Amino acid sequence: MESLLEPFQYPFMIRAMIVGIAIGAVCAVLSCFLVLKGWSLMGDAISHAVLPGIVGAYALQIPLAIGAIASGLFCALATGYIKAHSRVKEDTVMGVVFTGLFAFGLVLFTKVKSDLHLDHILFGNILGLDPTDLRDTLVVGGLSLAVILLLRRDLLLFCFDPGHAQTLGLRTDFLYYLLLSLLAVTIVVSLKAVGIILVVAMLVTPGCIAYLLTDRFNRMLWIATGSAVFSSFFGVYLSFLINAATSSCIVLTQALIFLAALAFAPRHGLLRRRKGLGAEPASIPDSGS
Amino acid sequence: MSKESAELELQVRNVTVGYPNGNIALRDATFHLSAGCICALVGINGSGKSTLFKAVMGFVRPIRGEVLISGQPVKTALKRNQVAYVPQSEEVDWSFPVSVWDVVLMGRYGYMNFLRISRAEDRRIAAESLSRVGMLEFRERQIGELSGGQRKRVFLARALAQRSRVILLDEPFTGVDVKTEGTIIELLRELRAAGHIILVSTHNLGSVPEFCDQVVLVNRTVLAFGPTVEIFTEANLARAFGGTLRHFRFDESTVQKHDGRSVTVLTDEERPLVFGKGGHLEYGQRAGRESVVEQRAEPEDGP
Repeated sequence: MESLLEPFQYPFMIRAMIVGIAIGAVCAVLSCFLVLKGWSLMGDAISHAVLPGIVGAYALQIPLAIGAIASGLFCALATGYIKAHSRVKEDTVMGVVFTGLFAFGLVLFTKVKSDLHLDHILFGNILGLDPTDLRDTLVVGGLSLAVILLLRRDLLLFCFDPGHAQTLGLRTDFLYYLLLSLLAVTIVVSLKAVGIILVVAMLVTPGCIAYLLTDRFNRMLWIATGSAVFSSFFGVYLSFLINAATSSCIVLTQALIFLAALAFAPRHGLLRRRKGLGAEPASIPDSGS
Repeated sequence: MSKESAELELQVRNVTVGYPNGNIALRDATFHLSAGCICALVGINGSGKSTLFKAVMGFVRPIRGEVLISGQPVKTALKRNQVAYVPQSEEVDWSFPVSVWDVVLMGRYGYMNFLRISRAEDRRIAAESLSRVGMLEFRERQIGELSGGQRKRVFLARALAQRSRVILLDEPFTGVDVKTEGTIIELLRELRAAGHIILVSTHNLGSVPEFCDQVVLVNRTVLAFGPTVEIFTEANLARAFGGTLRHFRFDESTVQKHDGRSVTVLTDEERPLVFGKGGHLEYGQRAGRESVVEQRAEPEDGP
């Protein structure tokens, strides 16, 4: 019993859990939009593309988030521009652009003298956070969460039917850049804890789990957040017990929940579908109207 | 309302639209519509029909020319909720986690504050719009759990909830059952009577004379526009469709007793399937089917 409660005696473990849960929640809410918009690859791309921005911002002594937003947006804009002016398809262009930016970031990193650790940028260092990191994460994470939740109906409409959003006079280009910026900021917030490689999972998996379990958007937000919060808590705890990399344990927990949802989801799960009771859309006939 | 609708008009003036890769999708398109009409936008795929549609909705900015709604630029008209759009079924992600009610409320977003919190008035209008298309009882359904016709009616209800005076419909009859097609046409006629401008993009040629009083023929530009009876001629359609139009000439077909006069059936993309009086198949070309003609000659001519 004593050893099961041991992790809670260390301040660094408590900090790791709080930061993990905070990041998990922000990423989870954002992931619902990314999954529905079909932007999973965009999450992957932006998370890699922020690297040169972060290194550059560090060299120039400006907030890392600003550098990250700049190079994240550059990635999206460059992709859009090349796609519009060439015959190459969007996902291919994006693959070239983000890996190119990532490589540029790595080169830049070796040329800029800094006390940043590449390992920590790539894979995070959630157990090594100090109280300042904790405060920064909660403030910036809280802000982006507030923006997403306040504007969730517009963002949802933008994902669902951009054409209708436009006929309402909504600024769809503004919503597009807003979602991209939120993505870049969230990635920076998550950087110290989980790193830019594993944040991709946190930006996709919770939304994916929720999408399998429900057909309503509000419930989707709750399920995604709940599963991400649980994964962060359990992952940090588990990593202490089995002495494994913490961010990997968080992501692994999410992946296992995803597998469970994939198998057992009440309507869209594999087992349900096999029984032939799955809700295939369009199979329901008109019932007298 | 009636005072306003008297001024309602849609003007498209010399609109030219190009894409970043240098292609000109539409050149010098010009037409105008006034209040109380149902107008078909007819043309083949790639004719610039959907580009023209997008220009009217303000989705693409013309290189030259302008689109005016009641004398105002499209952008202003959009801000005033004057334009509603019913998308093609293929454009909608039907597995999206939204209910029928969510979708119809989206039609009211333009009237809500930036948090998009609905007021009692919004909910009343949304419910009224849903019952007008006979879908109120389905309000809690996820949109993918509906039949093709029901899906279309939900998006029509959203356009109604938006209270727009210009309504654009993109291929409204694809994937829709005959009954819903009738319901939609009936509803569009009511809207026309109330002074709306309805613009329908379609390649379903047969339905056009049934319910559209105006036609705009598109092939890289506006070839012709005006009342359906004047514009929907064989010569004009041949210009709009080029070689892609399918013909079924009765005097060349295996159909007998077409009383000697030439009757032609035109369709886009698909060939018509024609059955004769006795329920047997008819062929478009008589040549090569002489035996069929001979075989059938007797029983049909007999008493």
